[in-house]
Amino acid sequence: MSTTTTIPKAAAGTATTSGTLMRRLRYLEPATLLWIVLIGALFFLVVWPVAELLITSLQARRTGVFTLSNYLAAYGRQRYVDALLNSLALGAASAGICAVLAVPMAWACSRTDMPGRGFAWLTVLAAFIIPPYLGAIGWILLAGPNSGWINQAWMWLTGSEESLVNVYTFWGLALVIALHSYPFIFIFAKSALDLISSEMEDAANILGAGTWLTTLRITLPLVWPTILAGIILVFLETIALFGSPAIIGIPARLNVVTTQLWQFFEAPVRAEVAAAYAMPLLLITAALIGVQRLLLARKGYVSQTGKGGERRLIALGPWRWAMFGWCVFVCLLSVVAPMIALIQASFAKAWGRGFSFDNLTIGNYTYLLFNHDAAWGAVVNTFVFSSISATVAVALALAIAYIVKRRLIPFGSALAFLCMAPFVIPGIVMAIGFYAAYAGPPLTLYGTATLMVLAFTTRFLPIAYANGAAGMQMIHPEMEEAVRILGGGRLTAIRAVVAPLLKKALLGGWLLVFILATRELSAAIFLVGPETRTISVLLYDLSEEGNFEVLSALGGILLVITLVFVGVGMKLIGRDFMLRRGGD
Amino acid sequence: MAKLVLRNLYKRFGGFAAVDGVDLALQEGEFVSLLGPSGCGKTTTLRMIAGFIPPSEGSIEMDGEILSSPQAVMPPERRRMSMIFQSYAIWPNMTVAENVAFGLKLRKLPSDEVKRRTGEILEVVRLNHLAGRYPAELSGGQQQRVALARAIVVKPSVLLLDEPLSNLDANLREEMRFEIRRLHDEFRITTVYVTHDQAEAMVTSDRIAVMNAGRIEQVDDPFALYNRPRTRFVAGFIGRTNFLEARLEGDRLGLDGFALPAGLLGRPAAAAGEKILLSVRPQSITLHRTPPANGEAEIAVPAQVVECAYLGEHWDYVVLPEGSGTKLRVTAAPAQRHQPGEAVWVRFDPAQIVAIT
Repeated sequence: MSTTTTIPKAAAGTATTSGTLMRRLRYLEPATLLWIVLIGALFFLVVWPVAELLITSLQARRTGVFTLSNYLAAYGRQRYVDALLNSLALGAASAGICAVLAVPMAWACSRTDMPGRGFAWLTVLAAFIIPPYLGAIGWILLAGPNSGWINQAWMWLTGSEESLVNVYTFWGLALVIALHSYPFIFIFAKSALDLISSEMEDAANILGAGTWLTTLRITLPLVWPTILAGIILVFLETIALFGSPAIIGIPARLNVVTTQLWQFFEAPVRAEVAAAYAMPLLLITAALIGVQRLLLARKGYVSQTGKGGERRLIALGPWRWAMFGWCVFVCLLSVVAPMIALIQASFAKAWGRGFSFDNLTIGNYTYLLFNHDAAWGAVVNTFVFSSISATVAVALALAIAYIVKRRLIPFGSALAFLCMAPFVIPGIVMAIGFYAAYAGPPLTLYGTATLMVLAFTTRFLPIAYANGAAGMQMIHPEMEEAVRILGGGRLTAIRAVVAPLLKKALLGGWLLVFILATRELSAAIFLVGPETRTISVLLYDLSEEGNFEVLSALGGILLVITLVFVGVGMKLIGRDFMLRRGGD
Repeated sequence: MAKLVLRNLYKRFGGFAAVDGVDLALQEGEFVSLLGPSGCGKTTTLRMIAGFIPPSEGSIEMDGEILSSPQAVMPPERRRMSMIFQSYAIWPNMTVAENVAFGLKLRKLPSDEVKRRTGEILEVVRLNHLAGRYPAELSGGQQQRVALARAIVVKPSVLLLDEPLSNLDANLREEMRFEIRRLHDEFRITTVYVTHDQAEAMVTSDRIAVMNAGRIEQVDDPFALYNRPRTRFVAGFIGRTNFLEARLEGDRLGLDGFALPAGLLGRPAAAAGEKILLSVRPQSITLHRTPPANGEAEIAVPAQVVECAYLGEHWDYVVLPEGSGTKLRVTAAPAQRHQPGEAVWVRFDPAQIVAIT
């Protein structure tokens, strides 16, 4: 091939092997070392805990001999199998309720002239940012047997001795979960409906179909795959949820997978049985996420037409008030009623005595912040853990998104996969993996802040990664090459160009991870020690004590923290920064 | 000694050779274009010179030092080059002045010198009144000038340009060609310019390297490239031409249906009976209503006009010589009108007939 070189070989071209090595070292980018560190970090955060989860489930306690006995122990009792079935039924029920709540709202907001569409959107946002177990506490105050507000009102109105509703039931729990999960389906359905051009409906109208027939036969079927993807997401959220099932399900003697896992962790801790017991949850989640991706990849035929077509809103006539009424109803159930109940209780001497001045006190808050032995520490811990995890997750995700998008190493997509992998691992399962990997020797991290931060970081890495990758996508590689050819190294390029351009995206990702971390319960509850309690863990502990005034006050504190940070995010980044990417 | 040398350069992606054995040497201060269709390997070659891509084989040397070889690649930031990108790559988070000053600051020059040189170069590209603006507030042409200023102000050892004008509209593109040439005449920076537009290459370059399928077909100055193309690809890519197959028969060149004197061909006589390919530019052929005068009879043949099209600046005719099956494209002055079907005489200019391989 190189037989006819017209230009003679230069003397320098015949360098010795050692000279080549020296040159190679001389030209080595300092950044290369950083990439190696990052790969190590991913291994530590994702690969090893998951591997340990598998290994632990297959090992006999102490001896470490291979065995299947953990699986027999985990599924050998009817009670444990029932818990799994309960979880599946609960997931299906709450996903069904969510669809009923959310799809009409999404349709009305996207396609009709319903009044108060901004209000409906705000309702969804509020339901989304309220930590789920606060809603559960609110609903205990509203619909607890006998003492709940609704039952009190019912007995007063009818003189009945019987309660009307009871939150401590299967359907009570399903409804409470649905009331904070429906935003997922709303967001999925609305984003799909937003893409349907009016011409689709016009085509049906011109053939003689009326508004309702068109909606039922044309519009909704078009977005059905996307709605189904949302339903799957709610189902998965529900079966992985710990807070609400623990607060409502345990008193109701309703055992689900997550609460059963929690019982395996009560002394004596049987982590290997828990690991085995968590496997179906992991497999179901991974499989359904796969199904969901397939559904979304097809985009429900909608993306074919894109946003090109003209969009007109359907005039509902008097029906628009009926739709508006539905949105108000959902808002009452999901936001207004439980939050009023929660806030009233937090400012009450005794919440059952209702709204009156002599019942008003700030004593619950002052007690928590100044007298309680753990509350102030929990607030500080929550801030510290959440901000460190958010910082680490965003930095790690950005660095990996950078490597992957710039193809700096072969098999970069494997790194991206590892970053996204925690998305298919329920938080509670990941916590068991972290427990198995790092709680005991050699690292012995159990009960340390480090373990909490590591778990939070891993848990929210996918969100940070999706955020960082989307940001990197927008920066043309030539922007950096321009720095390099002018004499700046890769790190200079990142500092001078990439980081400033990504500022907004990074801040949005940071806030999102921070807010989600402040409410994290299902991983924290398994890894927490006496010194590392967070607000969410303390809330759960208080709920077991049954002091609802103090419990509500702590909920109020968490709510204020959440609202402040959401407010900052909306101010700096945009109104819908939390909802932009839906559930993922 | 040559400033920049590409020696037997290869770049393979899997089994595909994007750059397939390129040899090229640039003198100090020379402006060389890499010209070719998309996918010919010109951008890959440029990015190898910049150090963004390592070569699979061969080497790149500057001032006698090896910059790139399969064993080791000096990173771009240490090559003292600069580059203008297809997307301009103006940093949107910096003002015009900050963009231009960036390279000087990286070179750790004192701040008053950074300021002075930034001001000078902005004057040269006529952007001093926009120094405080952000790129989003500039037009495409102005962004292009920022990119030029940013690349030139550091006095690079080699300036690389990657299709810098392809995102501009036609008028601006024509203006910027001369702008680039003017800047080169002023600063004499050794330059490699990648383009697929032959007019751009011909306006700006001292020499043009025509690339096809990863190889350099010919390197020459614009005049020689157009008038003395060496390969069929070059003749077809630079301007339009007629390809005519010919056979050497004694002192005659036998073409399809007619013959021309072989001695007029400025090329060592080929062996008798050998087949050769000729390139005849459309404007080197003239049309005449009357038979040629004595002495020119043997370079003219009777023909018939088949098609005609008027393009404002000239006429495009397609003519068919008598007894021939090969149509010829001919351009003629706007005033010279013929009708399809009209009988004409076609006169060849022997000096402008080129044998190619």
